[in-house]
Amino acid sequence: MSAVRLLVGTRKGLFILTSDGARRDWDVAGPHFAGWEVYHCQGSPAAPDRLYASQSTGWFGQIIQRSDDGGRTWEAVGNQFPYDGLPGTHQWYDGTPHPWEFKRVWHFRPSPSDPEAVYAGVEDAALFRSADGGRTWTEVSGLRKHPSGGAWAPGAGGMCLHTTLMDPARPERMFVAISAAGVFGTEDAGRTWRPLNRGLRSEFMPKPDAEVGHCVHRIAMHPDRPRTLFMQKHWDVMRSDDAGESWREVSGNLPSDFGFAIAVHAHEPETVYVVPIKSDREHFPPDGRLRVYRSRSGGDEWEALGEGLPQSHCYVDILRGAMAVDTLDACGIYFGTTGGQVYGSRDAGDTWAPIVRNLPAVLSVEAQTLA
Amino acid sequence: MIRVILPLELQRLAAAEREVRLDVAGAVTQRTVLDALEARHPVLRGTIRDPVTKRRRPFLRFFACGDDLSLEESDAPLPEAVARGTEPLRIVAAIAGG
Repeated sequence: MSAVRLLVGTRKGLFILTSDGARRDWDVAGPHFAGWEVYHCQGSPAAPDRLYASQSTGWFGQIIQRSDDGGRTWEAVGNQFPYDGLPGTHQWYDGTPHPWEFKRVWHFRPSPSDPEAVYAGVEDAALFRSADGGRTWTEVSGLRKHPSGGAWAPGAGGMCLHTTLMDPARPERMFVAISAAGVFGTEDAGRTWRPLNRGLRSEFMPKPDAEVGHCVHRIAMHPDRPRTLFMQKHWDVMRSDDAGESWREVSGNLPSDFGFAIAVHAHEPETVYVVPIKSDREHFPPDGRLRVYRSRSGGDEWEALGEGLPQSHCYVDILRGAMAVDTLDACGIYFGTTGGQVYGSRDAGDTWAPIVRNLPAVLSVEAQTLA
Repeated sequence: MIRVILPLELQRLAAAEREVRLDVAGAVTQRTVLDALEARHPVLRGTIRDPVTKRRRPFLRFFACGDDLSLEESDAPLPEAVARGTEPLRIVAAIAGG
């Protein structure tokens, strides 16, 4: 009997939502780490009960928690993320140099084959790797030492490495996204990196099509099509068909092309989901109507999906890490809101229902499909 | 015996009581007390002071005997009442947030 487990990171703890394959009735466990922010929790594809969670606060800093029983019990592991060598400076909001300082872990990418191996994307933007289940962390420093590193600058949410993608057939090929530097790619497991931002255009920048400086909010990939990438940029929904070498806009008929989250259907590589947000000044859905938009053609043409979602007086936001899909035959899709709701669809977005309504603001959602 | 009072979050994180009692050999300073605390509860490393620079985290303060000792040198002796164990060293988290 299959089951689905949702890992929901919030402003005040981690919640774990579980259901059988029918996905009608959900058990809600938590909060784990009550009172702490959990930016992300992710399971190992190689050992699904191995979870990694990022627990942090401004008071007490960063804790990394690890579970080997699907989140019932936890063990704090290594919380030191030393930058390689003298960290140097990046650019601050006002354009002045600012020392690189570790603040928190935004994102985990466990290895597809080794439960002990995991990448962590952090703020200030850098990539770290652990080969011992999170006990020790070593910077993958070729990324931050790219010649453009000193010119990277934070977005409003901080200068964070918030997304990593890995080609499942070639794990040495990875993509990362940094706000507000852009997308970078490696073909050699992190030794060398290149900016992959050709085709992006950000009007707020002095040079709108510069090689780096773009506020990429999220990137997504279908595992069967690792050369096709989708992006929700600050403004604009984008697509690449050449592993990030070039991008084209596919915003099409979206009511707003601002947003944070983007996801790809588990079985249809050309079916993509976004949640349009009104603007970068008004972080809520257009017209107060919460609607997911789905394209079945890889972008350009989008349909609104609102059945079961609030269609009036809704002013929540859906953050960049807060949407995920399961891999059951009828693809399930889930997202969390800053209002503390987690919504789920058992039919690829046609209809929605709340799973839980009153959690703290949701920062991230991951879906595990369990045998 | 040195007494240290932890904020609630760190009590939970370390699965410790509100008051932790520690043996400290030699001079009783912020540094030696925190070294002993972290040795007893390794999970607290990095939560009170930076693990590399050993600087106090900005939203935490150290109080004892009615005084704010946060800006004292980390190698300065703590008050004698703390060293004798008649008064605790209090680690206090700023009241902030939502």
